[in-house]
Amino acid sequence: MTVAESSGAAAVAEFLRARREQLAQQWADLALFRAVYTSGRDIAVNAAHGLVDALTEVARDGRMDDVTVPALDQVRALLAQVIAARSQAGAGPLQVAGEVAELKRPVIAMVGRELADVNRGAALIAATDLMGTVRLVGMEISLSDEGAIVARQRQQLSEIATPVLKLWDRVVAVPLIGTLDSARTQVVMETLLEAIVDERATVAILDITGVPLVDTVVAQHLMKTALAVRLMGARCVVSGIRPQIAQTIVQLGIDLGDITTRATLADALEWALAQVGTSVGRA
Amino acid sequence: MTTAAVMSLPITSDLEIAGVRQAVREAAVAAGFSLVEQTKVVTAASELARNTLVHGGGGRLEITMLERPQGKGIRLRFRDEGPGIADVETALSDGYTTGHGLGLGLGGARRLVQEFAIDTGPGRGTTVTVTAWPRGARRV
Repeated sequence: MTVAESSGAAAVAEFLRARREQLAQQWADLALFRAVYTSGRDIAVNAAHGLVDALTEVARDGRMDDVTVPALDQVRALLAQVIAARSQAGAGPLQVAGEVAELKRPVIAMVGRELADVNRGAALIAATDLMGTVRLVGMEISLSDEGAIVARQRQQLSEIATPVLKLWDRVVAVPLIGTLDSARTQVVMETLLEAIVDERATVAILDITGVPLVDTVVAQHLMKTALAVRLMGARCVVSGIRPQIAQTIVQLGIDLGDITTRATLADALEWALAQVGTSVGRA
Repeated sequence: MTTAAVMSLPITSDLEIAGVRQAVREAAVAAGFSLVEQTKVVTAASELARNTLVHGGGGRLEITMLERPQGKGIRLRFRDEGPGIADVETALSDGYTTGHGLGLGLGGARRLVQEFAIDTGPGRGTTVTVTAWPRGARRV
């Protein structure tokens, strides 16, 4: 750190301490705080105080443009609360980033106005660096927040997308749609095994008509599911194997072993009915 | 043979493998592959991308569209900076696995495409290049 940089940082630290109240009052009126602390302005001001204090610590530390300094942890924690509330209210990451960026203007305006001495240039640079870091931290939080939302939606989707259907007395079926990854397979296996117990099923149909591709990992998942079904004392049939999937499985060299397979769900149902001792005439 | 439109994709997560499958399917459709041919090349890409991620610790895929008088094709180059493969023949043989898979990925992928080349060695990373042509464009 150069002498000018450290004197700029020190001037900003002193400025933040001295102007704590004014700054918090101004921030409390910005969208970021106003929209979160709707129950009262006092609470918004209080939260803004917290952020000013946390930033004062960062300025005292002196490393304004380093997002890894420990002093930023408190800033990160405070911003995380506010940003989480904003994104739960439906604000997108870009909008939140814009709102975090608004925090900068009052700081720069006040530093420019009030520090008229020789330190002003260095202080302005330091304040700009500091608020740039705040913006970066805000961005980092809203992106990881976004990641958490995507993960949650994925989880929900995998549960929604695997209904177990009771097709006949003691016959259950799972229509699989989309890519079968390890997480999906786990959900399918759990719901299917539970359904086998609940329905006292003796035949389980795994229909893969909606699965676009069977590679070695998907095949392995199917085999594991079939094995688990067999361990429950039921029989498993895989249906919906389309011509292109069949050809690919053969060329890959996958041996589905003794898993019963049928081309269509209707064929699988016919097989299943024979297994449970019912027969239905075809029209 | 002329080449055009090279596309480069990262392979560092399962989600990106899904992106690889999508991109390869689009390239195969653009090159006029039939449904069976699309499925084969996408499946090969899925196997190779997973090798890049699991054994190579991540890497990249380059997709190149090829064109010759008989028709269009696609070339896929999977590159990683991982530990490399010491014994390529064994790695290509069916049933050989270092992990928990079926051991069919590399050899299976080779059977699903028309041209297959592997450049690897201990400490050198691995580059697998495969080329697929639709039926009408296979004869040179």
